[in-house]
Formats: sequence, C-alpha cells, structure tokens
Amino acid sequence: MVKFTVNGEERSVDLPGDTPLLWVLRDELQLTGTKFGCGIAQCGACTVMMDGMTRRSCVTPISMLEGADVQTIEGLDDPETRAVQDAWKAIDVPQCGWCQSGQVVSAAALLREIPNPTDEDIDNAMAGNICRCATYVRIREAIHNAAKTLEG
Amino acid sequence: MTNQTRRQFLGGTAGLVIGMTLPLRGRAQSGAANAFAPSGEPAKFAPNAFVRIAPDDTVTVIIKHIEFGQGPNTGLSTLVAEELDADWSQMRAEQAPANNELYANLLFGLQGTGGSTAMANSYTQMRQAGAAARHMLIAAAAEQWGVPAEEITIEKGTISHAASGKSSGFGALAEAAAQQEAPAEPKVKDKSEFRLIGTDRPKLDTPEKTDGTAIYTMDVFRDGMQTVVVRHAPKFGATVASFDDAQALEVPGVEAVREIPGFGVAVYARNTAAAMKGREALSIEWDESKAETRSSEQMYEEWSKAAESARDVETAGDFSGKFDAGETILEEEFRFPFLAHAPLEPLDAVLEVKDGKAECWMGAQFPSLDKPAIAQGLGIDPENVIINVMFAGGSFGRRAQPTAHIGAEIAAIAKAAGGDGSWKLVWTREDDLQGGYYRPLTVHKLRGALDAEGNITAWEDVIVNQSIMAGGPMAGMMKDGLDPTSFEGGTKMPYDLPDMRVGWAQMETAVPPLWWRSVGHTHTGYATEVFLDMLLEKGGKDAVEGRLALLGNDDAGRDRAVLEKVAEMAGWTGERVKDGRGYGVAVHESFNTYVAQIVEVSDIEGFPKVHKVWCAVDCGVAVNPNVIRAQIEGGIGYGLGTVLFDEITLLEGGTVAQQNFDTYRMLRINEMPEIEVAIIDSDADPSGIGEPGTPPVGPALANAWRALTGTTVTRLPFRAEKV
Repeated sequence: MVKFTVNGEERSVDLPGDTPLLWVLRDELQLTGTKFGCGIAQCGACTVMMDGMTRRSCVTPISMLEGADVQTIEGLDDPETRAVQDAWKAIDVPQCGWCQSGQVVSAAALLREIPNPTDEDIDNAMAGNICRCATYVRIREAIHNAAKTLEG
Repeated sequence: MTNQTRRQFLGGTAGLVIGMTLPLRGRAQSGAANAFAPSGEPAKFAPNAFVRIAPDDTVTVIIKHIEFGQGPNTGLSTLVAEELDADWSQMRAEQAPANNELYANLLFGLQGTGGSTAMANSYTQMRQAGAAARHMLIAAAAEQWGVPAEEITIEKGTISHAASGKSSGFGALAEAAAQQEAPAEPKVKDKSEFRLIGTDRPKLDTPEKTDGTAIYTMDVFRDGMQTVVVRHAPKFGATVASFDDAQALEVPGVEAVREIPGFGVAVYARNTAAAMKGREALSIEWDESKAETRSSEQMYEEWSKAAESARDVETAGDFSGKFDAGETILEEEFRFPFLAHAPLEPLDAVLEVKDGKAECWMGAQFPSLDKPAIAQGLGIDPENVIINVMFAGGSFGRRAQPTAHIGAEIAAIAKAAGGDGSWKLVWTREDDLQGGYYRPLTVHKLRGALDAEGNITAWEDVIVNQSIMAGGPMAGMMKDGLDPTSFEGGTKMPYDLPDMRVGWAQMETAVPPLWWRSVGHTHTGYATEVFLDMLLEKGGKDAVEGRLALLGNDDAGRDRAVLEKVAEMAGWTGERVKDGRGYGVAVHESFNTYVAQIVEVSDIEGFPKVHKVWCAVDCGVAVNPNVIRAQIEGGIGYGLGTVLFDEITLLEGGTVAQQNFDTYRMLRINEMPEIEVAIIDSDADPSGIGEPGTPPVGPALANAWRALTGTTVTRLPFRAEKV
C-alpha cells in the first residue's frame, strides 16, 4: 500500500511497486489528461508535477511515491499554468492535442523557474516534449506570450 | 490516392441528397436518430443530418470527418455558421457516428477521412445544410410574426424583422422551425457575402485540448473493462506456433491469455500496466515459414534491379534516342525507407458486447470499413454495431485502414474472451513502430538529358515500390493494374517536359503498406524536385527562374503563382549560399493544393540545421486561414523530422530495427525552424490542406544542402543512424 497525494487529495494504492504512476493516474484514478505516448520517457506526454518538479509518470514506479505530492493537468491551477493555458487558447496551439497536457505542464514549470525565458531556455525546457503534429512554432510563441502576461 | 481516382471509382456525389433532405421521420427510420440527441436534452430542431439547434441557442454541427488536429470540427462548423449567420460563440461540433448513408465522404462514397478531402467534399454540402436551417428558421419567424420572409434578416445569431421591431434567437424558434418544410435546393451565399469564411476564429476543440479534458479512445472506461495488449509477430507474415502463458498468468492483475488468430497472443488484465507486464512474461514460438525475411538492404538491391522491367505509366513525345543525342546526361538513384506514421496516441479501441450488440469507441478514420469488420469478427449483423468516432491523437494516415485491422483485432479479442464484456485494446509504441502499415520502401531512378543551351530535352523517372491498394479492398480502384498512390506526383508534373517517361515496377512483400501523410507525393516530390534542381544547375539555370521557364503552360498558373510568391517572400536573388547559409526551393502540388517552399539551412558539424522555411500555398478559398497556417507549419515539421531522422529498417532475417522514439527520432522544438506562410487569394473551391505542406520541405532542404555542401542526399534519411 503506497500513500501519496494527487491534486491535493490523499490516495492509497494497493498495486505492485513497479506499477508506473501513469497507469495509476489513468486506469485507477481515471485522471486521463495525462497521456501515454512511449512508455520510456522519450515523449513527455505523461509529464506531471511531483514535489514541485516535472516528472515523466510513465517511468515513475509507485514504490517511489510514498508521501509524494503529485499534480496533474486536472489539478494545476497556479498563475503560470493559467497563463500558459490562456496563451495556448489565444493562438490555437493544439492540433491533435494528445501531447498538449504534457506541453502545458512543462511550459508552466519553465515559467516558474524562468519567468522570462529566451528561445534557448524554451528549447532546453521543452525539448523533452514531442509534438508529432509539430505545433512547436506556436508553443514557442505562446510561452513568450504567457511570460508577458505574467509580467503584467 | 488522388481525388480524381476516387471520383472515377465512386462515380458522383449521390450521398448529398440523402444527407441533405432526409425528412425527420425518415431519419428516425434510418437508424441514425441517435445522431441528433446522443446526450442531454433532445434538440428542438434538427433540419438535416448535420445541424442541430437547441433551446439554449447552441448550434451543433455533426462532423462527418474525424478530428485529429487537421481542423474539420472548426472548418465544417464555419461553413454552417456562415450560411446561418450564427455567432461563433454559439457553435458546437460533435463527431458523427458511423453511418454510411448519412455521412459518406462524397468523394469516396463511404464514410471516411483521407486524401485531404474533408473540406473539399464538404464545402457545398455543409453550406447547404446551414442554408436549409436558415431557410426554415426564417420561415418559422415569418409565420409567427406574420411578416414576409423576405424582410427577415439574421445577424450574429439574432433573427430580426426591422419594420416590426421583432427579433429572436435561434432557440426560441427552433421548435417552430422543425415544422417547416426543408428547401429542396437551399441557396448558398455568394463569396462576396461571406462574413466568416476567410477570416480567423478560435478553434472549437482548443479549450478541451488545453486543459486535459478532451476524451480520446484511450480515455474511455467501461464497467468491468479489461485492458488488452497483444504480442504481435516479430516478423511480417509469421504466425503463432505455440505459446506458454503460465508465467504471464502469474503476473498480478493478469486475468486471461488467449491466442487471437491472425494477430498474436492477447493478455487481458485489470489495467494497462499489468497487461504490459503480462505480455513480457509470455513465451511464444512463432511459425516463420511464410514470414518476410529480407532486409531493407536486400529490398533496395532488388527494387533497384527491378527498375529495368518497369512498365510505362506515362509517356509523352519522342522519348527514344534522346539520351543518345543529349549533350549532357544526368542519372541518379533515390532510395526511400519504410516509414511509420507514429501518431502520438498509439492505436487503440474500446469494444463493449452485450446481448448480441456491440458498441465501439475508436479513432476510426474509415468507420465505414471498421463497422463491418467488427460485425464480422463478432459474427453479428453490422446493424448491431455502433461506432463512436473519437478524437484521435494524430493519424497521418495510420488510422485510415482499408483492412480495418484495429476493428478486426478488438473484435477478435472480444470473440476469444467469449460472452458479454468490455475490452480496451492498447498498442504500445513498440507495437506501433514494429507493426507495419508503413509508407512503402521505394526506389526512384531518374535520368535527364540537356542540350547545349542547358535545356532539358528528356526526363525519365522509374519508380519501384509495393502497391498500397493491391490485394486489399481498394484494389478495385486500380485501373489497368496501376496503383496511382505508388507514383502520383511523379506523373502529371506541371513542367513542360515534352519528351518524358514515367515507369513503375510493382514489388511484393509481406510488410503491410499504408498511406503516409501525402502518400506517393512524399517520395515523388522529393525525387523529382531534387533531380530537377540538379538538372537546372547543370544547365546553368537559376532554380526559381528555371522552374518558371518550365511552367509557361496554361495549366501551370497556380504552380507559377506560389513559386513567384515564395521567391518574393524569401527575397530570392539566385544566390544559393549567403553568409554561410544555403537556400533551396521546391514546388509541388498534391490533393489539388499548390505549395512552394524555400528552406534556409546551415551546416552544423556535417548535419543540417534548418533556420527558416518560407511557404506559399494555394488551397482555393481559405475557409480558416489560421487552420491553414497551422497545417502548413505542422506539415513542414512532420516532413522535416522525417527526412532528417526517420527510417524503419528491416534487419537481416526480417525483424524491425527501431522500437521506440529513442531509435525512431521525432523532430523536437529545438529543431523546428521559423516558418512564414502566405496564402494565395483564390476563388477556386477549397482543396486539401492536411497533407500538401509535407512534400516540398524535403526536396527544398536537399536543394539548399546541395548548394551549401555540394552533397546531394539521395538516400533518406539525412541521418542514417545504425540501430
């Protein structure tokens, strides 16, 4: 039995310790905003926040989770996430949308670390998030726009 | 597949009448009534199969094409909103269920999305659907208010009669409108009256794809549902000889293991993680007696030799002797690998079977084919199968399955389990990349001759590959044994090449082939535009001026216009290398859309870094310019990542080398160039946009790279990684 919080709610999970967090979120808790794309931490579709850091949930066994604080796209409601989502909507970033939860989580985490990122900062922070539709031009623009909004 | 071919095959647009004028009662009889009120409060007014107006003024457009990012929900809703003069904020979109009668693609004659036809085949139909609804709303208002219909106007969702001062939203009149007779031939607006078409508006599916609430197939859960992963054959054509499931059944959460003939061995589990782990514990002996065991290398050699026996596909002028008389002859062989589509949501399906009926949730691109496949697999009547067409996390052709293999696989899983229940089939990334249905491995052999002035006097392109259509349900579309998807784009080139030949040699493999974003154009566009560039260079001609000189004929006006536009955007001077950066151009029409691109590249330790791509596109009337720009941006990124990094390689013995994104590299944000798009103003009916942005970027890059480094990349990808 592993106990941790997801989006502020305490959860206990009785599954084998090597079960990836991704499938606990999706199959057990039905928090389906976090997506499966590769299973080997190559695509970033499964990105969540864990104890304040971005984390690829597909390679995170729940045995690591005792006492952890996990936040998913469903629970993130901080100013950076909201600014990123507004910026995403303003220029219609998503196409198929499958990667976008992970993109939003990573982008908001970047803005928490670097409020006014350069293109290089964006490349470094976002290169782990594949978008097969290649919406990258808009992801970059929306992150810059969100940074401007947050600056006020 | 070309639009023309599809039209020839399917013969006309008979679906229109059914979809448009089906009366209310007839609709219920057709079994599609649930299209109109699948959830919540029933609609008050559903004038046809495409438009539903609710008491709260919302207008829901039933979208007959799957939405996987290319924008039909927004695009087709725009057409209806335009004719209704609705306010964009009241518009909603909903995917149509599988129903051939109502929701056929008018170019296919079957319900399906592909060939970049969503807008092209819906343009008139959806405007007529909106115009019919408008006509009935106005008739209802005229009746209620006792005023002439001709005096009633609609502005942003408000129906008004100026003289009497009466006005109403759509919802309040919806019930009365439903009693009006639908017009037989709804009159649509003239282009000059457009208010929405041609302008930008927010995409309808953006909010739910930004906050994680959009529901895709993999997000569907049913009570008691088992998740299933299948161990597929490690070689194409191999079958299960025997298997041992003892260890798999010991994995906590694994509930059953079954062979599903034709597909492999299925592991049924309480969740996805257990199913995957159970699959790892399976021990399977494969019968490889009928398996494809050739490597990609062997195929390249065989394909290359087979070029000699290619049959004529297109010939013009007096071809014979040209290569003897030519002052200069150029020859080049191009090799194109197998390619996987790799949509980011791997293939999946959910099926629930209860009391002899089945309900499926699936990113079905050809629901018209999936439905009978599921019915057949379960041994029930297709009438007893419902398919809910879900958002799909990309496709790029992968979900357009003539064999309906995912529908058939989930049905086989249910059949093998026996009885009622619900199952979710999940393909892993490894299943996806190793599972075939690739863009076929292709060889092009090109020859060209130049006279003393550097003019091209002869052109030959011999294409060797496997047919996508042959042997499948679409084989009937082949004429004289020719599969146009094998060589489209190599034929009917816009250039004045009076003495020319295109040949094709059809090859056989056990690797299942499939259309990959822009299909034949992916390789024909590359081979022809790179080789033409080499000939122009050899003949001392500028890449843009030289092409324009060959585009003088009356049919090449749109090719010419996009090329001139892109040259202007990029400030093309003919200087191919400037400040350490190379420049290259390509122009290619696909799916009746004309695209020209210029690429700016530099050389970083022997590998290209693409800085910028300029693109001019003519896709007819630009219904949603923002969606068009997005598809061009995405199409460029998709094509660029592929030519730089991607190949599926069959190793000796026939296994696939690549397994996941570590070995099948996706373009990442740091590799994405800046993109500038210009849309040519056009009165032509809208043509495709999902695919045409992809073909030109590869050859434009190759031409820029040759200018910069002197190296012509004739074997793709640029980075041939050994894995």
